[in-house]
Amino acid sequence: MSDVKKFLYVNRKAPYGTIYALESLEVVLIGAAFEQDVALAFLDDGVFQLTKSQETDGIGCKNFSPTFRALGDYDVTRLYVERESLEERGLTEDDLQEIMYEDEDDDWAEKPSICVISRAEMADVMAEQDVILSF
Amino acid sequence: MEYTVDGKTIPADEEGYITNLSDWSPELAQVIAESEEIEMDDERWEVVNFLREYYEEYQIAPAVRVLIKAIKKKMGPEKGNNKYMYELFPYGPAKQACKIAGLPKPTGCV
Repeated sequence: MSDVKKFLYVNRKAPYGTIYALESLEVVLIGAAFEQDVALAFLDDGVFQLTKSQETDGIGCKNFSPTFRALGDYDVTRLYVERESLEERGLTEDDLQEIMYEDEDDDWAEKPSICVISRAEMADVMAEQDVILSF
Repeated sequence: MEYTVDGKTIPADEEGYITNLSDWSPELAQVIAESEEIEMDDERWEVVNFLREYYEEYQIAPAVRVLIKAIKKKMGPEKGNNKYMYELFPYGPAKQACKIAGLPKPTGCV
């Protein structure tokens, strides 16, 4: 298919309190089902979406963080996280859940989907896209 | 829509997906399957149970392409293919099997 476009979903908001994060993930899954080239970016409070050990019983919301681990099944294998956003919030890569995918072209080897990059590199990633959707 | 199991009423949406995931039971699955004109056998239970495990782990009902790929990985290519899965669930393996499994409609189905 020649009309595959590069989509980047930019996530800037905390996972709960607003509907943005969950809606973004739903749109990602739908977009991936249509076999587009999909990547995700997490910056500002959006980095909290990927933190491990989320516990939502107290706020009456569904904890959808396990769904990020299914993204590999949808061939969504690039989750860019901005290093400066992590640091500004006192987080490191160790605070994020492990998200792996299996590389079909490399004998199904398990590889990490999360890629922590600098703000400058994030700008380069954005410049490569055909479509950027911001949530 | 609603289903009746052992005299109990189980609410569902207009397409037949149950409203409260915790209402699910194997008996309810049989009732939903009957309303879909599907006879549950070991092969179909295998898919339904697989979907429930998938939901438990990832909190989503997978799209059909993802489901078939996942089945292929777990049970081999003789089951993880379109033909086999559509023979089991003629109206769409993800849609119908998810309904029977008591899960929401798969994300990406319109």
